[in-house]
Amino acid sequence: MRPFYYERAETAVGAVASSGPGTHYLAGGTTMVDLMKLDVQRPTRLVDISGLEGGRYDFIRWDGDALRIGALTTMAKLADDEQVRRRAPVLSDALWLAASPQIRNMARISGNVLQRTRCPYFRDTSYAQCNKRVPGSGCAALDGGVTRHHAVLGTSDQCIATYPGDFAQALIALDAVVEILSPDGPRSVRFADMHVLPGGKPDRETMLKEGDLIVAFSIEDAAFPRSKYLKVRDRESYAYALASAATALRMEGDTVADVRLGLGGVATVPWRAKEAEASLRGGPLDESALERAAQIAFAGATTTEENAFKVDLGKRTMVRALLETARMEG
Amino acid sequence: MAQDYTPVPASKDNMGKPVARYEALQKVTGAKIYAEDLPVPGRPAYAWMVTSGIAKGRITAIDDTEARAIPGVQLIVTHENVGQLGKLETFANGGLAITEVGPLAGPEVHHDGQPVALIVADTFEAAREASYKLAISYAEESPTATFGDAGATEKALGDINPEYEPIRFNDAEAALANSAHTIDAEYRTPIQHHNPIELFSTTAYWEGGRLVLHEPSQYVWGLKHSAADLMQVDADNVRVKSPFVGGAFGSKGAVTHRTALAALAAKRLGRPVKLVAMRDQGFTHSGHRQETRQSVRLGCDANGRLTGYDHRSWEFTARTTPYYNGGLDKCAAMYAFDAVRTDEYVVQGDRNVPTFMRSPAEVPTIYALEAAMNELAAEAGIDPVEFRKINDTRVNPVNGAPYTSRSLNQCLDAVADSFGWTGRDPRPGSMREGDWLIGWGCSMAMYPTQMGPSTARLIVRRNGSALIEVAAHDVGTGCYTIAAQAAGERLGIDPQRIEVRMGDSRLPPGPISGGSISTASVTSAVANACDRIVEELGLSSDASTDERAAAMAGMSEPEIEVLGRWTPPGMGEDALQAMYDGGVRITGGNMDERTMFAFGAEMVEVRVNERTREIRVPRIHGAFAAGHIMNPRTAHSQYLGGLIWGIGSALHEATEIDHKRARYTNDNIAEYLIPVNADIGEVNIVMVPERDDEINVLGVKGIGELANVGTPAAITDAIWHATGTRIRDLPVRLEKLL
Repeated sequence: MRPFYYERAETAVGAVASSGPGTHYLAGGTTMVDLMKLDVQRPTRLVDISGLEGGRYDFIRWDGDALRIGALTTMAKLADDEQVRRRAPVLSDALWLAASPQIRNMARISGNVLQRTRCPYFRDTSYAQCNKRVPGSGCAALDGGVTRHHAVLGTSDQCIATYPGDFAQALIALDAVVEILSPDGPRSVRFADMHVLPGGKPDRETMLKEGDLIVAFSIEDAAFPRSKYLKVRDRESYAYALASAATALRMEGDTVADVRLGLGGVATVPWRAKEAEASLRGGPLDESALERAAQIAFAGATTTEENAFKVDLGKRTMVRALLETARMEG
Repeated sequence: MAQDYTPVPASKDNMGKPVARYEALQKVTGAKIYAEDLPVPGRPAYAWMVTSGIAKGRITAIDDTEARAIPGVQLIVTHENVGQLGKLETFANGGLAITEVGPLAGPEVHHDGQPVALIVADTFEAAREASYKLAISYAEESPTATFGDAGATEKALGDINPEYEPIRFNDAEAALANSAHTIDAEYRTPIQHHNPIELFSTTAYWEGGRLVLHEPSQYVWGLKHSAADLMQVDADNVRVKSPFVGGAFGSKGAVTHRTALAALAAKRLGRPVKLVAMRDQGFTHSGHRQETRQSVRLGCDANGRLTGYDHRSWEFTARTTPYYNGGLDKCAAMYAFDAVRTDEYVVQGDRNVPTFMRSPAEVPTIYALEAAMNELAAEAGIDPVEFRKINDTRVNPVNGAPYTSRSLNQCLDAVADSFGWTGRDPRPGSMREGDWLIGWGCSMAMYPTQMGPSTARLIVRRNGSALIEVAAHDVGTGCYTIAAQAAGERLGIDPQRIEVRMGDSRLPPGPISGGSISTASVTSAVANACDRIVEELGLSSDASTDERAAAMAGMSEPEIEVLGRWTPPGMGEDALQAMYDGGVRITGGNMDERTMFAFGAEMVEVRVNERTREIRVPRIHGAFAAGHIMNPRTAHSQYLGGLIWGIGSALHEATEIDHKRARYTNDNIAEYLIPVNADIGEVNIVMVPERDDEINVLGVKGIGELANVGTPAAITDAIWHATGTRIRDLPVRLEKLL
């Protein structure tokens, strides 16, 4: 770790006002401190926002079917929330299946959605090639590297690093909106627009600007008792998804009235399978419809020899998740 | 299927008492008992080891100007200023060095993560910061990573060890040709790393001309002599302290570069130096289990009697140091083969040197043999348990040497009974529950019974207490506890009144804690010491424990001290001397006159998701027979850990390597997977009583490396039983079943 300045912000406005080049916000620190130890992130100044305004940004509020969650809510608190578990289980599942109890107790949901990739070439500075870490340096993964965990959707010829998080798939599926306090004042952005595809600039991962502080997530229609998160991985806990699916369903009889589908472990950013959703809406949820939807969801996949299995696995995961969601009450 | 879990197993015939661990309270309360916890005289300096980011090439320039300018930096050592260190031999040549290449020996880079500089500063943070400023330029060459990569070179073991002989027992080719059923398969096992939770640390300081090392070690006497040779001082002037070891599994037996680097820095600075290889550095610092390829042909007649067995193995090793495990001679002793042929090879590339890892030879080779046994049983239409019983043997078929004891059949029966094996429908895909396909599989577990010479100082006191001192090691197995039990049972003293000191090279020498030899070797020396006490007390050797206790209470002196010494049968006194000199002498397993192994049998249930193919193990049972069990409670822990390790070995553990760069990419314990609690369901251990009076004083067989052998074969067979797919490439990841 390199030397840095540390200070504690008392208010969100104060935190934003004290932002500047080289300054990062610190909440749970579960990703950032790791990456500082690895010398991947080198902030010169950390502004600790974990205790802003006596917990003002640590809340879970329902207003009818609308849900608003404070940015500094811990993963554990949201995962355990009784009403969330009942009315929008996908949100709770996605958190429960992530990380470990210790990390969930520390990590805040706003930091969680900004978790950086686990690509080994990004996380180890001794590799010269990483376009995400050192723009223009190349991509070791694409240049003969180990790629079993890498993405098959949303890739570019500059970067195939997988977005590693789980909760983001649930947020994107439920059309969440991110509330941001920026140096110019408050604004909102669709969660689906926050992360940006790697394209030719994999170092730029979100549209957040210097000083932007996430203060809350809001979901206008969060009442999806029939929803879940399925995470397929190499071991039963504390492992990143090889493929995952956040699903939410509304059925009218045997007809799909509404379906939401977020895919994880397979894409470079939180991934919403909108065309696949559209192919299912208004029809039955049978194997052939699911198979067709899965084909649509992965139609644009690009693979390496090692991660080619993720296309097949991703489809199977999505189909299994939808079938299991259909079996839920709601 | 949940069943009562008994944390304290009952003692059965020929088993000691299930007493709690000597250090139980310290361990559960987080007491400072490990080498890195020990206090040092004065304010220590902190070292950061700079390691290469390339696997092959040359350092062309080092610029330390900026690094030296960091406040607090005291010393930067590179190949340019390391000076002359003593040369250590590697294990193959009678030494303990992990590699032929000495610390900072020159500008050449032989593998990823090779230490290339040491930065020492007043604080860890300053040393770390300086490491970012140390500019090292390399001329990089294209390295060879592993099997199949350009530049890999193959050698037969006979080419690197003139004493090695492949097995040519009868005509395996003809026997295979005349078999009713045969299988011919290639098996692959991956790179694995020990990843003990306690990192590879060394603290060094000098008191005058005497060097003190705090370093977790599986062989403190060996480390003492090695450090003396490296630093060119007399061995009497080196002391190694390693009171407890926080996991080793073979990774703390060899002497790595860090020892000399820390000692050198401490000498130059005149103050203690603390050095810890970080988790990722640990992947290249202290060895690993090397990847293997194995080709097995196995045949049987129409009645299921084994005929020919042809096993060839290739191990991937380092260009600089062709470390290998071999081990096919042990496979050849396992069943009543008519004919056996083995050939073993190493393949070399630009890698760090492998080392021992829990059951080094047995894990890959027995996996291949047992997987082949399961495949052949299925081919012949015989239940795999029955198939093993049909082929049981009382002798090593290759040389005719009888087993001193062998309870494989009893273990098979015991585990079948515990698991409920008789309900198994042999057809693949015959069991399911909901979306999950269910399969059952089994395998044998084995480990050679090995021993080394040991000493033990014993002091008994009139007040009924005693003290045992031996430079043996507790790597988490319960060695302290067992030493106290051994003396307590022999002398009639409550083990709680016996203090035990270990893990300090000032104590009388004990053997390397490797090859599962500690319990057998140390308890034999303790027993010898007890017998000397009995003699000193003027008692006959058949005096009862009550008589012994009474004689001690009536001693004229307040205490008596003796030095017990034990050399395994067949080893000369020179073996004991070799240990005093820091050497390693181990005997056992396959011998000319006798064959000594512990056995077990394991059964597992796996579940495979029909759609997404995740593989889970809801239950595993193992039955084991290993001579006299000193302490069923600590033995239970060893077996439990072994089975869980075996599950990891089959399904989780693998170090990924970048073929282009010859570098490990998942060098952290978030991505190097071992089972977590959620992966482990029901684990049931059955200890089968066994008596063996031929092997050593107490009839003890080593068990630390028994239970993890064979497990992967049971799991792959269960996966086949569930899905109909044979996977012969470990670990079994779900994509292999898509």
